[in-house]
Amino acid sequence: MNTQRTFEYLIHGFFLLLGLVAVGCVLLITAYLVFSGLPAIREIGLADFLFGDTWASTASEPRFGILPFILTSIWGTAGAIALGVPVGFFTAVWLAKMAPVRVCRFMESAVSLLAGIPSVVYGLVGMLVLVPGIRSVFNVPDGASLLAAILVLAVMILPSIIKVSMTALQAVPQEYEDASFALGATSVETYFRVSVPAARSGIAASVVLGVGRAIGEAMAVMMVSGNVANMPSLFESVRFLTSAVASEMSYSSGLQREALFSIALVLFFFILLITASLNFFLKRGREA
Amino acid sequence: MKRSIPALVLTVLMAVAAPADAKPLSGMISTDGSSSMEKVIGSLGEAFENEHRKVKFTYNPTGSGAGIAAAREGRCDIGLASRDLKEEEKNFGLTATVLAYDGIAVIVNPHNPVKNLTLVDLANIYTGKVVNWKEVGGQDSTIVLIGREAGSGTRDGFESVTNTRDACKYRQELTSTGDVITTVSQNPAAIGYASLASVKKSVRPVSIEGVAPSEKSVKDGSYKVQRPFVLVTVEGRELSPAAQAFFDYITSPAASRIISAAGAVPAH
Repeated sequence: MNTQRTFEYLIHGFFLLLGLVAVGCVLLITAYLVFSGLPAIREIGLADFLFGDTWASTASEPRFGILPFILTSIWGTAGAIALGVPVGFFTAVWLAKMAPVRVCRFMESAVSLLAGIPSVVYGLVGMLVLVPGIRSVFNVPDGASLLAAILVLAVMILPSIIKVSMTALQAVPQEYEDASFALGATSVETYFRVSVPAARSGIAASVVLGVGRAIGEAMAVMMVSGNVANMPSLFESVRFLTSAVASEMSYSSGLQREALFSIALVLFFFILLITASLNFFLKRGREA
Repeated sequence: MKRSIPALVLTVLMAVAAPADAKPLSGMISTDGSSSMEKVIGSLGEAFENEHRKVKFTYNPTGSGAGIAAAREGRCDIGLASRDLKEEEKNFGLTATVLAYDGIAVIVNPHNPVKNLTLVDLANIYTGKVVNWKEVGGQDSTIVLIGREAGSGTRDGFESVTNTRDACKYRQELTSTGDVITTVSQNPAAIGYASLASVKKSVRPVSIEGVAPSEKSVKDGSYKVQRPFVLVTVEGRELSPAAQAFFDYITSPAASRIISAAGAVPAH
């Protein structure tokens, strides 16, 4: 009995340690970002940094305004959500409630595969197919633009929206739907008036996850967005918060490098905000 | 006892081998200067370190001006500059040895009829004064300017040769030579630049002032979009044995393959 208890304690301790590794990493990264990101903000000035509209980090008189990046990230993410959420949501409802089992199984694995494709591949396909496509369809001089980034991001967030929404819809108790059918509701009425409201916290969570993936993506958007620090405009070349850090980091030095860390810090706050809202949605869903 | 036999053999072998390799080269070689030369000098340093295990090679990417100053003040063995020395710098008793040339090809889509541009055209195009290909003898379409990210050595080289620093109105700032080439090959109205060594068949290099870019035209100076990679040393100040050996090695024909692989045109 006693040895068994010791063994239990040991296992508990071991698991605690593993759990602390993850927490430790988060704390370490947070501390590192804050310490390396704050000096540049202090030197540039918070208002000039966040609301300055010119980024010229290597000019003889460098300017470090990241408003174009912030707005681009917000617009890009909003656009991806506006396109990706309806597609993902209806796909999830269809797959979870209406699709024949074999079709559903096939499509589910296809969606999982979509989630597993590395972002550089999305970027490459975007660069070779989407960018020239936008150029000829919209008759603009160059296709690398905010629109291209939005389209790539919309596809990239589909898997998380579909899978999480599907899980939430499948978890709706059968009795709810049976009761609705028994009252004479059609299947579409049942799914959209009963199942979807019952699963709404999970669906909201899927959207927030999608936002998180879209705002954090660097590689794919870097390859299709053109990467010039312009104010966001649908057919203009733009730079996201993530690609601003990634594209200049390798050669940066001095204040430029510190400012890149500051951008990362801003991005980190955005992600924190998203996580906080995710928790809020989930909690509210549970209480309702 | 059995287990110590290989060890014994090894000891004997080492004792025999050691005198043959009398006094291996050792010490520090410090270089300081142009960040555009990072790839060239880095791969040369790596190759040298691999041959001489006891040598430690360092490179400090501070910029051409800072590298020249460091060489003058003796803070490094060899200064690195991606431009010729100015008169006043030569007056300090500095010697410049050209290591390689950084030839930058200006590339367009193969469907673009424009075959030749002048340096002035190039500057006007990149600063946005000329916005349509028909103004320089091409079709009626908006010019799409493709460039590299801030901090890139190729961008720095291109902008300093064409005198367009901080004035380029890029449509796209890409982070690798490969991306530039792919993008230009996809867009008939695009123009871009890439180091000469990496230009592929999918794009067409433009002649500048009537001279097509090639290793030969870069070397003899007739192709203008280029700059020298210079080693800066102080006249009369002797280099350490390790630094001298490194200097001799990188300016010998043996190093030219490494220099070409790093994207520059070797001078020796």
